[in-house]
Amino acid sequence: MDKTATRKNGDGIFRALTMLFAFSILIILLIMAGEMVWESLPSLRKFGWGFITGSDWDAVQGSFAALPYLYGSIVSSILAILLATPLSVGTALFITELAPHKVGVVTASLVELLAAIPSVIYGLWGILVMTPWLQTTIEPFLIKHLGFLPFFQGAPYGVSMLAAVFILMIMIIPIITSITKEVLLAVPQSQKEAAFALGATRWEMIRMAVIPYGRSGILGAVILGLGRAIGETMAVTMVIGNTPQISLSLLSPAYTMPSVIANEFAEATSKLHTASLMEIGLILLVVTLVINFMARLLLWSVTRRWKGGTP
Amino acid sequence: MSTKIRLDNLNIHFGANHAVKDVSMEVAENSVTAIIGPSGCGKSTVLRSINRMHDMTPSARVTGCIMLDDTDIYSRSVDPVAIRRRVGMVFQKPNPFPAMSIHDNVIAGYKLNGVLKKGDADEIVESSLKRVALWDEVKDRLKRSAMELSGGQQQRLCIARTIAVKPEVILMDEPASALDPISTLKIEELIEELKERYTIIIVTHNMQQAARVSDVTAFFYLGEMIEMGETRKIFTNPEKKQTEDYITGRFG
Ligand SMILES: Nc1ncnc2c1ncn2[C@@H]1O[C@H](COP(=O)(O)OP(=O)(O)O)[C@@H](O)[C@H]1O
Ligand SMILES: [Mg+2]
Repeated sequence: MDKTATRKNGDGIFRALTMLFAFSILIILLIMAGEMVWESLPSLRKFGWGFITGSDWDAVQGSFAALPYLYGSIVSSILAILLATPLSVGTALFITELAPHKVGVVTASLVELLAAIPSVIYGLWGILVMTPWLQTTIEPFLIKHLGFLPFFQGAPYGVSMLAAVFILMIMIIPIITSITKEVLLAVPQSQKEAAFALGATRWEMIRMAVIPYGRSGILGAVILGLGRAIGETMAVTMVIGNTPQISLSLLSPAYTMPSVIANEFAEATSKLHTASLMEIGLILLVVTLVINFMARLLLWSVTRRWKGGTP
Repeated sequence: MSTKIRLDNLNIHFGANHAVKDVSMEVAENSVTAIIGPSGCGKSTVLRSINRMHDMTPSARVTGCIMLDDTDIYSRSVDPVAIRRRVGMVFQKPNPFPAMSIHDNVIAGYKLNGVLKKGDADEIVESSLKRVALWDEVKDRLKRSAMELSGGQQQRLCIARTIAVKPEVILMDEPASALDPISTLKIEELIEELKERYTIIIVTHNMQQAARVSDVTAFFYLGEMIEMGETRKIFTNPEKKQTEDYITGRFG
């Protein structure tokens, strides 16, 4: 009797302890958000909405507005997603449906290996290998053949929005691929057999049974990748050129929210400058939280459907 | 009646597991053949070899010969996709496509032939659903998800989806085992109707069902076909002792 009582007690203590840990994470998040609001108050008060609609960033004059950073973050991330999604879904389909089992396993672990590379290494590779290549080969090619479009005008600098897009694309392929792979693996055999039995080819089976079944899960993976891209700092900072401007041309240098924080925080002298960087951080926090929340919601709705036992 | 399908010395291995041993049988056109036997005796494995469903299982090896009319379906020159369009299949658990409407489920296989006009699609959906006696139950909600249907309705939808492709043979792997008695009865009535146009092979572990729906019954045991004959004879006067033991419930 006594022994079970103590054991039950131990269980209760354990539960309380784990709950405390779980809550403390939430509390840390709340405190952090609160601090950030507090610290950015000077900038919030002074600039109001102008902070996200204006483009002027001048530490000497003490006037700060963040639109170019927002623009750089959103455009680079969205373009990266647009390029990475078909590649990732294709790779995941190859791993799960097309490749012989062993080839699939090897490909999957190689892709996962990509995720383990520190982002500063991507940045180094980007600056030493990719941007020179962009400058001498890709960008001149784009200017020559697609230069009539506003997106490919100007001089080839190498460091540019385009470089950031490519780096981000490579960096988010692993996460989208591996989540999509899990989603595809969860498509029941019975669904695939249903398609095959109707006389579908492998590709038709994928279109008929696999993709529709995994659709919202794949969308969740993509949004998670978007969150990752928006928050990425190091590698982007190294290749994007760090120029706060809004240019339609992908060949122009640009700037992102995480990059400006990393670059300027140490040297920010005025209180207003610090507050403005804080406010950018706050915007970034909100944007990534919303994106991650949406992705989780989608992935959750899929797993719930699977557990619900529909075929 | 002419022979529609002929199995000749069919052997199926999964790795080292010899699941189907030297099976030879003939199936007459427009007949219903039931395959019975205890669980694990290779019923599904034989059935799935007839539309090359084992192609997707890397460990499976099929040897021997299966003739569909004059086509050796395992011949190198034969496209398995073409075979599966001639030999449709209904599975144990209803498996409609959950992301598609009732209408789209019925037309899913037929659409693989190429683009079709909307009127044609509607016509095929209607006639297929009528043939499985589901039309009156769903005609007002064709655009709704197939997942809103009951299990029995879903299974009839899967049959409609199969016959919309206009196959010659329909394979059914315990099509009613996941259904309630009334739905089971409906499926059995349906099989009776379908045999006018199709050759049907049905796997079942329900012996009453085999007796009710089939013309010919084959009894399998441990991967071998023990006995095959006219259903009435198998159930009243089987030749082999193992068959008799099974149908009288002494094992299995
Ligand atoms: N995909 C598979 N991989 C490996 N072994 C299988 C597979 N399918 C069936 N088998 C084996 O083949 C044998 C016959 O199975 P099955 O045809 O499903 O039996 P039944 O349908 O009569 O219950 C069993 O020993 C089973 O383990
Ligand atoms: Mg079976």
